[in-house]
Amino acid sequence: MAPKAPLLNTLSLKGIEIAPSQVWGGIRIVPLLRRNVRGDLRLAKRDYDDDLTVVSLQGQPLAAGLKYTSYVPHGLVLSWDEEGQPVAAKGSQLGTDGQRFKAGPVSVRVLSRMAKREARNQLRFLPLHLAMEGFLSLFFSGPDIAWSEYSKQALSQGLSSRTEWSVSGQAIQGLADALRVFEIHEHQVGMLLFVSEALASAFITPTPEDYRLLHPSLLQDFYGELLYQYGLYGGTVPMQSQVDESKVETLADLRDAIATLRQDWAAFQGLMASDLLQRPVESKRIYTAGPFTLQRFITDLKLKSENHIGEAIVRNDGQLEYLKTYRLSAGQARRAYLLSQLAAQGWHLERTALSMGELLENFIYRLEKAGFGYLINNQVREQAQKARRRD
Amino acid sequence: MASTWTERQQQVEREDLVMFINACLSCTGQREFYDEAWGQKLSLDFLHDYILGNYRLLYARTLAAGINHFNQGQIILKLLATGKQTLPEHRQEEGTLIASTLNALPPQRAWKVLEQIRKRRINNRRARAIARDYIAQRHQRLDFDAVKYRSKVSGIATHNHLKLPGEVGSFLFRDWPQQFETELFEKFRKAYYSQDAIYALPFTVAEGLAAKHQIPRDRFLARIEAQMTQAEKVRMQQSTECDRNSKLTVDLKHTPITKLALYCLSLPIKDRQARHTELTQALQQSAQAALHRAPLRLGKVAAVLDCSYSSSGSNEKRRRPLGVALAIHYLLQAASNQYQAFWTLPISDPLLVQPRGQTDLATPLLDALATHPDVVVILSDGWENDPPNGAAEVLRVFRRRLDPSVSILHCNPVFNADDFSVRNLSSAVPTVGLRDAEDLPTVLGFAQFADGKSSLGDLEQYLKVRVQQFLSKFDPNHGS
Repeated sequence: MAPKAPLLNTLSLKGIEIAPSQVWGGIRIVPLLRRNVRGDLRLAKRDYDDDLTVVSLQGQPLAAGLKYTSYVPHGLVLSWDEEGQPVAAKGSQLGTDGQRFKAGPVSVRVLSRMAKREARNQLRFLPLHLAMEGFLSLFFSGPDIAWSEYSKQALSQGLSSRTEWSVSGQAIQGLADALRVFEIHEHQVGMLLFVSEALASAFITPTPEDYRLLHPSLLQDFYGELLYQYGLYGGTVPMQSQVDESKVETLADLRDAIATLRQDWAAFQGLMASDLLQRPVESKRIYTAGPFTLQRFITDLKLKSENHIGEAIVRNDGQLEYLKTYRLSAGQARRAYLLSQLAAQGWHLERTALSMGELLENFIYRLEKAGFGYLINNQVREQAQKARRRD
Repeated sequence: MASTWTERQQQVEREDLVMFINACLSCTGQREFYDEAWGQKLSLDFLHDYILGNYRLLYARTLAAGINHFNQGQIILKLLATGKQTLPEHRQEEGTLIASTLNALPPQRAWKVLEQIRKRRINNRRARAIARDYIAQRHQRLDFDAVKYRSKVSGIATHNHLKLPGEVGSFLFRDWPQQFETELFEKFRKAYYSQDAIYALPFTVAEGLAAKHQIPRDRFLARIEAQMTQAEKVRMQQSTECDRNSKLTVDLKHTPITKLALYCLSLPIKDRQARHTELTQALQQSAQAALHRAPLRLGKVAAVLDCSYSSSGSNEKRRRPLGVALAIHYLLQAASNQYQAFWTLPISDPLLVQPRGQTDLATPLLDALATHPDVVVILSDGWENDPPNGAAEVLRVFRRRLDPSVSILHCNPVFNADDFSVRNLSSAVPTVGLRDAEDLPTVLGFAQFADGKSSLGDLEQYLKVRVQQFLSKFDPNHGS
């Protein structure tokens, strides 16, 4: 049995090259290339044509229990070989997935689990939703000590039920055209997507063939609402690269100069994505498939910079085989940050406010603004409100 | 100061004209890979109006510059619509140019232009005379045209109050006798009533009647093959409705090279491999034929050809940029003493080329320059992205530092609607529009004006000479 793949601490593009970007409108797409493709791991898309999907996270699909509900346009099917032999990508070859129900004009699909093994070497999972579900269930159970400041609902049900919303790629202006006119490289396995020069998403697949098929699916993915705004108002910064002609004496010099130009592009674009690529991440193992591990992660939360969540498949030598990230919008990051601060202080409100260098009433105000007012006892909220008015 | 002012004015005028001719060489108002059809039409229409308003004489003379049929039609329409603004001394030349161009256009295009006169409500003495003369000149083939372009011919006759000769009038306006004396009209009359009679008519005419008689498509296609022209067969073979197993007998040798290249690209790779010798031979022969019509002799040539994904064109112009590249490849091979091609994605066999991958022009360009050629022809839509600006830098530095003597030409099959011109790679080399590979000799002649070295006077002289050559084809006495 091969050793398990490690959990990610940081995302590194080991074995992956960055190629010069292609720009269309406010969208910049940076191709990621992989020269050494092994072919023992394949991804394929499985389309779901339903208006709503309910994923049961515990117990039987139709029994009561924790559910994740969203619009899910497609799932990904992973096939792998433990011996390192090339495998074929199996998309929707295996019958139906889950159960479909018609409710008037709406169709609903009920699926079992975010990641579900379907055959010996085949796993179905729901891209991005896997990461989003992880994000929603952060500190899901709520306070573990029954502090009196919390409401009855918070103590009995935790944060249930959590909702977040995001926009489809279709809504981001110019993304459809940018994906259409994008010229896929021969060895391309992934891309970094920038909207108005802000990193929106990173996407990596195991093989170039998989990427070619999954490239249009990026339009169906969901993105933070911030990127929708950026798509409307933003643009790209024109970047010009020049050769220093004084150093060119022969054609060979010119060839070297162009090679340098390429490297500069790669280095600079790596820098543009440094808020994702060099950030420490906290990851959780979801499924171990032979030498590969499916895991989801969240970057350490910083309110002043980009925050990403995502999922990855890592080979046991640490190589990134699959990656898909979602950039949290400012509100989403704020909510997660506040919860993490609370959790770190054992859900004690006063201690948390103190650790953040804030007055209790202001901290409660922040919680209310972030949409967590329902967690706190009404009496405490009124007191805080009065205190704020006094100041 | 005065001289610099005139110089500047002349420079602007020259640039305007070059931009316009470039647009007329490449644009057809259809959808492109990067642009919508609407944007293309809008952009081109503005350009036409701008040139017409400012340089009317030169605008008319552009008709003779070897531009594409679509733009010839547009120029004719715009000139006819604004006839009042013609200066008296130019009236004669403009009229002759319009009439000759119309006569030289393929009939379907010419009829369409005349029909547009009606649709745009252009109604003046000259426009009516042009229509009258065209119909008089078609005299030999008018019966055929009346059958094939029924609605157009009848519309034009109505709009211009023309008396049509012979039985044409009674045929078009449904004043049908018991029997026509004209054979073709009689065939049509019979086919109008009988299913079996339609197979004696030309393909496109029969197609309409087959729909009227509700004949199943496959039965119709099987019986009509004998009536199809070569171009119709090639087109039918390309379209998906033709069964891959039932091959029409297409005479590839007489197909123009760009059309032939597009036909080859429409075949699946397997078919291209299976018919390799046949297709290659046909392409070579077609290239020879094109060179026979417009001679071109070059020394040592290197071509940089763009087969990136964007060369797949659009729904309206399927694989057009790639087709032009493939045609140029065979044309240059036939026209030069020594020839080497460098594709953006290296391929062993040009016939198997596919529109794939990024646009890396810098690498093939460097390879091409390393062979010490006399002429480098770059065929690309000008959107390079690996790295962006790479080939532009190579061209700039190569021209400045290494060798200014090699002639380098960038041909662009795509009109860029945003800046009213074909997208250039670098200001160091001239960029010209190219819609059909056959136009390469014309474009090479025009390229000297595109790089900004020659003066406005030279360009005017060039156009004047082209006009004389063009008109003397129709009237040997002209100009003497």
